[in-house]
Amino acid sequence: MAEGAIIIAVLASAIRLATPLILAALGGVFSERSGVVNIGLEGIMIIGAFSAVLFTHITGNPWLGVVAAMIFGMLTASILAVLAINLRGNQIIAGVAINLLALSLSAFLLELIWKRSGATPSVPHALTTNPKGLEFLEKIPVLGDLFSKFTPFVYIAFILVGVTYYVLFKTPLGLRIRAVGEHPRAAETVGISVYKIRWLCVLISGLLAGLAGASLSIGTISLFREGMIAGQGFIALAAMIFGKWHPVGAMFACLFFGLTSAIQILAQTIGIDWAPEFLLMIPYVATIVALVGVVGKAVAPASDGLPYEKGEK
Amino acid sequence: MKSNFEKMWDSFRLPIFAVILGFAVGAICIVIAGSNPIIAYAALFKGSLGSATSFGETLYKMTPIVFTGLSVALAFRCGLFNIGGEGQYIAGSIVSIATGWIFKDMPGIILIPMILIMGIIAGGIWGGIAGYLKARFGVHEVITTIMLNYIALHTSNYLVRTVLNPETLIPGSVREAFTVPIPEQAKLLKLNEILPQFTYSSAHVGIFIAIAAAIFIYFLLFKTTVGYEIRSVGLSPDAAEYGGISKEKNTILAMFIAGGLSGLAGAVQVTGLIYSVNQVAMMPGYGFTGISVALVGVSHPLGVLASGLLFGILDNGARQMQLAGIPKEITGIIQAVILIFIAGELIVKFISERRKKELKNSKAKEVK
Repeated sequence: MAEGAIIIAVLASAIRLATPLILAALGGVFSERSGVVNIGLEGIMIIGAFSAVLFTHITGNPWLGVVAAMIFGMLTASILAVLAINLRGNQIIAGVAINLLALSLSAFLLELIWKRSGATPSVPHALTTNPKGLEFLEKIPVLGDLFSKFTPFVYIAFILVGVTYYVLFKTPLGLRIRAVGEHPRAAETVGISVYKIRWLCVLISGLLAGLAGASLSIGTISLFREGMIAGQGFIALAAMIFGKWHPVGAMFACLFFGLTSAIQILAQTIGIDWAPEFLLMIPYVATIVALVGVVGKAVAPASDGLPYEKGEK
Repeated sequence: MKSNFEKMWDSFRLPIFAVILGFAVGAICIVIAGSNPIIAYAALFKGSLGSATSFGETLYKMTPIVFTGLSVALAFRCGLFNIGGEGQYIAGSIVSIATGWIFKDMPGIILIPMILIMGIIAGGIWGGIAGYLKARFGVHEVITTIMLNYIALHTSNYLVRTVLNPETLIPGSVREAFTVPIPEQAKLLKLNEILPQFTYSSAHVGIFIAIAAAIFIYFLLFKTTVGYEIRSVGLSPDAAEYGGISKEKNTILAMFIAGGLSGLAGAVQVTGLIYSVNQVAMMPGYGFTGISVALVGVSHPLGVLASGLLFGILDNGARQMQLAGIPKEITGIIQAVILIFIAGELIVKFISERRKKELKNSKAKEVK
């Protein structure tokens, strides 16, 4: 029984750790499927995490914090949209700039608003427990323990995987998005506005990455700490690639990466003396292996990362 | 024909505008923070250039980012985006520690060059992996270098905790969160040992190595066949290939040299300033700053020196601003804004020129 409890605890921890990754990776899927590389996911997550805490602090309602995280996530992503789509600038530089801006801006505002540096105080009413109305899930034998450790963000993330899959592969909009990412010129010829589709997708990616940030701050530790995102945006990017730019694939990649972290944390708490560093490395090694094609080649959308110039010719 | 001056102005115009706009946005943030931007910027420049000591502080802040700036700039010249400066820096620094420890009985005059060369090789291999994966499998270097950054970070943390730890190497000492120090004779000379005016500043002769590296890369890029080939691949890989220049070979070579430069940043930082490597949770940041340095320096080695100085001033002056009661994050915001404007402007120009060429190429193909 003790072993069963440990397995449930590790699984719950893996799913919780995977949640922000799934949300951000879905953002990456949207953006890159439309042809815009978004390495600013990390920065958008920082902004999301910060604004969620800020607006929960101001309004006292964590859900308004979540909404704020999504709005500010979109605002941050619109920097990328303007630079990458309208100005046809370098998407990588824009992403690097967003990451840097988010890092400095959040620390700056933290000092300005709370007159302290490092971390905000904890906000009350954070969304760190299983949501009300879903308590009945905890009564399920064995699995109930699993649900008791979930946060609202866990459910949101898995629902959004389905939504993303449906939108991308079962709707006309999804077809347009994929067309724009594969062959923007052809898409434009049949009357699809490349700019509009790309703007939409970059905004959605900002919304999702902002939500991912919120799930880390008010959904995990109920405060914002400098450096709390610590590369998770890049892990989400890795998961998206490992999942071959597919929402379901990305979800499994995130769960796998979450599991490696969960095992690492477990090993440390039990005090097993091994090298946790090598477990932490798995997502990155796995991504390179996937790209090289050892486990079936991961191929990006054909026009991913290429700026598009509206053609009148 | 444009004069040389006009040509220079053409290429430096956009980064200069970007820098001015960066400072303008920074000024707005300072006002929001309730301070006077003039006082803040005065503190910034006085704190970084005001005396020999403060200038010395700027010099040591500038040293690593000149190397990483050169690293990014050289890769750019080959059409590659090296976001892997972080990992290459880490590889260079940890291997420097190991080299220093293994050969701890050697005299400094042999040991120092050996450490620097090992740093170059370590960083070079780390960058070269990304170059090889690009050349052999067509995997985008941006993704691989990001992944390699984290692999380097965790590997380094492992080494810091285990084989390079005082406990395992020096009998009777406690396990620390940092490595054994490099031996005394492997430490670079401090500038204040030559010029007492630098007083307590931590500036070291690494800055001269950085300047030498910039001059070396300038000659390599613009005065040698190797540099010509690298630049040809950067300008037009297909045309270069047609002219008998191997795209694959130069991709690997450029990433090796770029990685070597970032690795050297680590080696110089270890021998000149930090002497041991810590266990860390976050990237040291020099590789990312190197991107800004390279872009503001228009990917020209001498431009990189100038922009390295600017970012050194920002980094060092930040502390002085903080003493004047202004959040030091302003400098990060300035840096980000500069990047945003460069991403939007400089690259637009670059791409539109390239697009014209590509258009010509594709038309030429259609004719065939």
